Amino acid sequence: MSAGNDPAQRVAIGISFGNSYSSIAFTSGEGKAEVIANEDGDRQIPSILSYVEGEELHGGQAKGQLIRNSKNTVAYFRDFLGQEFKNIDPTPCHQSAHPIQNKSSIAFQIRDTEAEDQNTVSVSEITTRHLKRLRNSASDYLGKTVNAAVVTVPTNFSNTQKSALNKAAKDAGIEVLQFINEPVAAVLAYDARPQAQLADKIVVVADLGGTRSDIAVIASRGGIYTILATVHDYEVSGIQLDQVLMDYFAKEFIKKHKSGGDPRENDRSLAKLKLESEAVKKSLSIGTTANFSVESLAGGIDFTATINRTRYELLASKHFAAFTRLVAHAVEKAQLDPLDVTEIILAGGNSNSPKIASTITNAFPGATVVLAPSTSPTAINPSELSVRGAAIQASLIQEFELEDIEQSTHPMVTVTPHLSHAVGVLCISGDETSGVFHPIVDAETPLPVRRTALITTPREGGNVLIKLAEGARHIKVTKPEPKPKKEKEEKDDDDDDDEDSDEDESEEGEELREKTWKVSNVLSEAALRGLKKGSKVEVQINISADLNANCIFREVGGKGGVRGLLSGSKVTQNGSA
Amino acid sequence: MASVQISLPLPVLPEGWSCEKDFKAIGHLSQTNDRNIEPVGPHFLAHARRKRHRRTFSEDDRIQAQVNVKKVEDDDDGDISEPEDPLLLQREAKDWKGQDHYAVLGLSKYRYKATEDQIKKAHRKKVLKHHPDKKAAAGGTEDDQFFKCIQKATEILLDPVKRRQYDSVDENADVDPPTKKETQKGNFYKLWGKVFDSEARFSKVQPVPKLGSENSTKEEVEHFYNFWYNFDSWRTFEYLDEDVPDDNENRDQKRHVERKNQNARRKKKTEDTARLRNLVDDALALDERIKKFRQQEHARKNKRRLEKEAEQKRLAEEAAKAKEEEARLQAEKEAAEKAERAEGKKAKEAAKNAAKKNKRVVRGAVKDANYFHGAGDAPAAQIDSALNDVDLIITKIDHEELATLTGKLNGKKDAGEIKQIFQDEVKRLVGASKLKEGECKSLSA
Repeated sequence: MSAGNDPAQRVAIGISFGNSYSSIAFTSGEGKAEVIANEDGDRQIPSILSYVEGEELHGGQAKGQLIRNSKNTVAYFRDFLGQEFKNIDPTPCHQSAHPIQNKSSIAFQIRDTEAEDQNTVSVSEITTRHLKRLRNSASDYLGKTVNAAVVTVPTNFSNTQKSALNKAAKDAGIEVLQFINEPVAAVLAYDARPQAQLADKIVVVADLGGTRSDIAVIASRGGIYTILATVHDYEVSGIQLDQVLMDYFAKEFIKKHKSGGDPRENDRSLAKLKLESEAVKKSLSIGTTANFSVESLAGGIDFTATINRTRYELLASKHFAAFTRLVAHAVEKAQLDPLDVTEIILAGGNSNSPKIASTITNAFPGATVVLAPSTSPTAINPSELSVRGAAIQASLIQEFELEDIEQSTHPMVTVTPHLSHAVGVLCISGDETSGVFHPIVDAETPLPVRRTALITTPREGGNVLIKLAEGARHIKVTKPEPKPKKEKEEKDDDDDDDEDSDEDESEEGEELREKTWKVSNVLSEAALRGLKKGSKVEVQINISADLNANCIFREVGGKGGVRGLLSGSKVTQNGSA
Repeated sequence: MASVQISLPLPVLPEGWSCEKDFKAIGHLSQTNDRNIEPVGPHFLAHARRKRHRRTFSEDDRIQAQVNVKKVEDDDDGDISEPEDPLLLQREAKDWKGQDHYAVLGLSKYRYKATEDQIKKAHRKKVLKHHPDKKAAAGGTEDDQFFKCIQKATEILLDPVKRRQYDSVDENADVDPPTKKETQKGNFYKLWGKVFDSEARFSKVQPVPKLGSENSTKEEVEHFYNFWYNFDSWRTFEYLDEDVPDDNENRDQKRHVERKNQNARRKKKTEDTARLRNLVDDALALDERIKKFRQQEHARKNKRRLEKEAEQKRLAEEAAKAKEEEARLQAEKEAAEKAERAEGKKAKEAAKNAAKKNKRVVRGAVKDANYFHGAGDAPAAQIDSALNDVDLIITKIDHEELATLTGKLNGKKDAGEIKQIFQDEVKRLVGASKLKEGECKSLSA
């Protein structure tokens, strides 16, 4: 009966529902994803609800209530949804309403009405209220009632959590068209840009969020994404970075005002300290210095201090390094080498910190592109990546029936055989040892696949041999010559001066790593005769899911060509076309 | 996806390499890994489409291309292909008020739903066919009447104001409400749904709630009828106005006609509102759902009442039981008390009897002791005082003491012993200050 079930009446948006912040976005007529600002003008809407005398405050306004009304303010509740009490980590809620056990789920004791007594509100109900507010903001902005959405979730969100979120969304009047994984949404947000080139690449999405960090290694093959490995860490988080600043300013305060006491020991002072530290952290991503200023921080004393970026980076370097290690670990878990990584997308609000980008850039080879605001001027705001991806996906699927969407996301469709080795062609020499292997289809490409390659021919033309083979990626390690390598210097170019020098010294004397290919399995040989001078050869490979490979070789612009079929189980030969 | 560019040259074919048809398969592809691909992005959608319909890349490309092409064709394809009524073709252009503009353009199945685009296309199509020049070329007469009809219809339908005026009185778009008999055969939702759908075209508020089905909730049904009872209609009746003479000669006549028109419009509007109200009344009266909800409501209320009554009954029963219990306890208590009293009486009597007997024994003892007189017959005075004294003792002592005294005296025949016992008793009584010294003279040794 509801209008949402009818694809024609659907108004779908993308929702990114995070522990600390949520955002909403829609896709405009031109196919561009736009992030919607709420009534307060926030594009990153804190996932916080607060109740003052029965009035519901949401987002930024609710965040302000953490200081004076923390008991009736609910924050950081996303990860509690669909979980059992014994499995949750209530630490982030230390300064807001505390989660309590309510039957098999989790609830909060808050005064959400004008009455004096406290109500037990389940986390599902809280989520519904939060989503309702998001929906209203989006509806107000669009002028149409939003009734459907694509929602991003972390990769380790269980089915129970998804169904709990689905139910909460339904109660809020939102039909969830699809849950998509946050890192994939981020990749999609980049790939949907008009200038984006479709290429086979390995992308690492490193999301440094408020309460957790998630790293995913994704193989992007012709626009189809496969997650190869994920790493989640609840210790490395934005809160840790805030904590560094809180400790710093608390110490400064004690140094200056001995009578004031430690602001970390008083709940209200702590909340003020925390809120301002977060603001300082954000401004340090933009400027090189930031002012910390809180009225009546502790003991009625106003406190103002300044911090420069270098000091902050020094203080937080431990956490930055931990984050980098996490990224490296994820790559290792995917059984890849840093050299295999084509792109690193930094997501999450904390990725605005320039130091995070530079630390990661240093840890990876020079060829790896790091997409973060400080390293790439065209980078998308890291906080908006997943919501943009969700909005794009929403625009793609909003005309479909829900049943269609379900069928398309069914394992029957999504579970796909992936090539275990790259398939390519031997260049320069047909001999396996002296020839140079060049991949045409990369490893981890989902089947079926169709790829075309254009290969140059010897200068004088004539007859050529086209030898298809499977190649294994090999990391060639060479000890460096006494003189420093050029590659190392390149890396430092875009960085600040002194703080990197120590790392560089330790890196000196390390071996040089190169990515090479080894031919492991020759698949076929074919000959093209009488090529013209300077012509090119087009090779098209079609590999079906049952590993039958259909190959076509022909001269560009020439007539005829050679066709061949590689069968999955037995070898057959086919005629020329 | 763009093709891979490889800038390294291919090797030269070695001398003597030859093979049938220039292709030699040597190995197999190695085993694959099954992995989940992420159901996200346009390329995944293409993949899902191919997989679900079992298409290869080239098939899918072709089918997708065809789908895209077809879409364009559909737009061109005229959906206006109604056969023309010969009577319609003979219409006079001056009777334009009476003509069915939609039928003239061949849009009678669309009517108020026809889009501007459809009207334009229909117009073009009709013009191509009925242009006077074409008729003349075909050797017909110079009859351009129908062409004028077409032009008039287009003029009205493409002007939003005029189109509304015409739509207001377009009786061909009306759906007559079914009779009561028809409705009672079932089919209420189907028959009345059409009526309300057609009436909905006059609503200023769109979308209009649907009649729904027998499964509609109470809120939906209530919302539906509320909407229709508060219906805000844009329907006007200017189209039926009498022509106002536009010569400047008779101003009064003109004003008169104008006023008449105004009144006629107002009247028609009122009639229309009343008509709609009756229609909704009829529908409401026939709507099974209303009955159902009323019954449910009734059942709910009754349920509450019955529950209340049951509760009261239960309470009354409980109270009665409690009272009974109390009465029973009371009766038991009374019976017990009575029994106790009877017992007490018996005991008292027994005690009295015993006391009497004891007194007799005591008095007997006095007699045995020869009234405390040494030997021989005691003088009357002695007997008198002795008996008096003994009586005094008896009155002073209670039953128990009497019993002990009797016990002591029992079997005693010796006068001295008996006297001794009495004396002891007197002494004890004196000691207990129940007797005064010298009161029992006969016993005071």
